[in-house]
Amino acid sequence: MLKAMLEEAWHAMGANRMRTVLTMLGMVIGVGSVVLMMAIGQGAQYAVAQTISTMGSNLYILISGSTSTGGLRSGSGGGPTLTVADAEAIAELDGVSNVAPVQQGTQQLVYGPNNWSATVVGTTPPYLDARAWTVLSGYPFGDSDVRAATRVALIGQTAASNLFGADDPVGKTIRIRQSPFVIIGLLGKKGQSLDGRDQDDTVIIPLTTAQRKVFGNPFPGSVRMIMVQATSAQAMPAVEKDMTALLRQRHRLREGQDNDFFLRNLAAAADSAAETTRVMSVLLGAIASVSLLVGGIGIMNIMLVSVTERTREIGIRMAIGARQKDILAQFLLEALMISLAGCLIGLILGAAAALLTNAMTDMVIVISGAAVLVAFAVAASIGVFFGFYPARRAAALDPIEALRHQ
Amino acid sequence: MAEPVIRVVALGKSYATAAGAFPALRGVDLAIDRGEFVAIMGPSGSGKSTFMNLLGCLDTPSSGDYFLVARNVAQLGRDDLAKLRNRTIGFVFQGFNLLPRMTLEDNVALPLVYSGVDREPRRQKARQELDRVGLGSYAQSLPSRISGGQQQRVAIARALVNSPQLILADEPTGNLDSQTSEEIMALFSELNGEGITVVLVTHEPDIAAYARRQVRFRDGRIVSDTPTPPGAAAAC
Ligand SMILES: Nc1ncnc2c1ncn2[C@@H]1O[C@H](COP(=O)(O)OP(=O)(O)OP(=O)(O)O)[C@@H](O)[C@H]1O
Ligand SMILES: [Mg+2]
Repeated sequence: MLKAMLEEAWHAMGANRMRTVLTMLGMVIGVGSVVLMMAIGQGAQYAVAQTISTMGSNLYILISGSTSTGGLRSGSGGGPTLTVADAEAIAELDGVSNVAPVQQGTQQLVYGPNNWSATVVGTTPPYLDARAWTVLSGYPFGDSDVRAATRVALIGQTAASNLFGADDPVGKTIRIRQSPFVIIGLLGKKGQSLDGRDQDDTVIIPLTTAQRKVFGNPFPGSVRMIMVQATSAQAMPAVEKDMTALLRQRHRLREGQDNDFFLRNLAAAADSAAETTRVMSVLLGAIASVSLLVGGIGIMNIMLVSVTERTREIGIRMAIGARQKDILAQFLLEALMISLAGCLIGLILGAAAALLTNAMTDMVIVISGAAVLVAFAVAASIGVFFGFYPARRAAALDPIEALRHQ
Repeated sequence: MAEPVIRVVALGKSYATAAGAFPALRGVDLAIDRGEFVAIMGPSGSGKSTFMNLLGCLDTPSSGDYFLVARNVAQLGRDDLAKLRNRTIGFVFQGFNLLPRMTLEDNVALPLVYSGVDREPRRQKARQELDRVGLGSYAQSLPSRISGGQQQRVAIARALVNSPQLILADEPTGNLDSQTSEEIMALFSELNGEGITVVLVTHEPDIAAYARRQVRFRDGRIVSDTPTPPGAAAAC
């Protein structure tokens, strides 16, 4: 019975090929754009998640802030309010796993005739742990390098390839501000940061060396930034509170006086970036769904025309024993077949467009099985939903009225 | 005595028109026994088609009762009526009413689809009926490829495919020439000979002569109900 009905639906679709194809086109475009938009949205989410995972988790950044002495306020990082001693004190707090004071800036790197401008980060060994940054070859510097202010450096992949090409950078000597630095390790790849900077265009050197040889420091013992990692996300609120209280106490700030430092929660920034892309991908999907809806209405329209055109056929079928549910099933099946066939073609075209986008731009595209299943389920429901009204109209026809129809 | 195949009592049918209700049938009483061959005659507009549609369960009466094989049709739902049209009645139309996009075999097999018969037995039964009306070799043709007389034979094969007790035909030869008409009537006679009750509408006395009983309508009423005079068929 079902097979016979499927065959008939197939015949009916073939009987007016042009119209069937045009109706299907609505579904093809709808499903295709849903698939493409979801692939782009999910790709963006994936890219952001990837970036966040390279950033290091549960991080705070403290930035030297305004000193309000005598009503004079300088901007963020302007005054040397944070110190290495502050960093050491924070490291003693509960729930803190890594603390690294940071002094960084852009500098020219020179190797033989090559030179390249990169971010130079002066810091201490916990920095690599806080950022979850691995050393691919060679080895990291240690506390003794920081104490002795040795001229050693870890180099990121972008800086390395620009200075050394395909050569192994480990063991080579580069110059920063005339000082020679021996490269002791090559850092693992990190890719872009949330703000779009290339994190691999970096050289990491001991903090003390950076302050003495590279940046110079008129206020010994002070730093511009301190990176703090909490042991877990749950520990973060307590760490934030304790850290703020500790610094206010150490800086002798009175009640009512502003903080002389800024505290940035990188985890929160990451969450909001992830939320932004999630909203964007939902929006893209929603916009694409509208075209799916339009495709569904197209099916309903054609099915209504078809019912009117085939009224006499319906009458004949009823005259030889078709029940209402037989007629209902026949037209429903036809709508379902058109929408599923359209859906299938739409899936293929949408996926092809997504792959093409991926090939022609550097956009990340993710086609998930779930998205494909959802598109199929939605197309099937649209077929049933928009096919139902015309089908019910056909089934409700009076046999003799339908037979008289010319 | 066995219950008649058809028994109508005071059957009436009014159509709603712009000028008010128009009574096309005004109280028809008739009983047709198993195995009868009845011709219904009468002038145009006398209510013959209206009556046949009621007998075929295609339409519902405005008043009166209709018993089909002892069942009161008025008490049946749409699905039960569909089942009667599918199993008990074979309806043959003046305009053949084959589905144009289906092969003759599929057309003949269609009633079996609605009675849930599987594909292979469906095919066999359809072929058997096509053979019986002499069109077995056209099984895979489309209706538009064959003549009117052949189309009517296919329509008869379709009416027969579910082995109905009753064949109803509204002017089955109305669109055919006299030669073809005679062939179709011969087929009806043959079916009647096998025990199937046949009721048909016609305007032509020589077609009606094939029947063994003639019922005449005028203005929605039966005005005469007589056996066909012996020798009438031979006379034409
Ligand atoms: N659907 C309808 N609506 C209104 N009036 C109708 C309808 N069908 C039939 N009639 C009227 O009912 C009367 C009987 O019609 P019917 O078709 O039964 O006549 P008939 O005997 O079959 O005529 P013919 O020999 O021309 O086929 C006619 O006057 C016709 O105009
Ligand atoms: Mg008529």
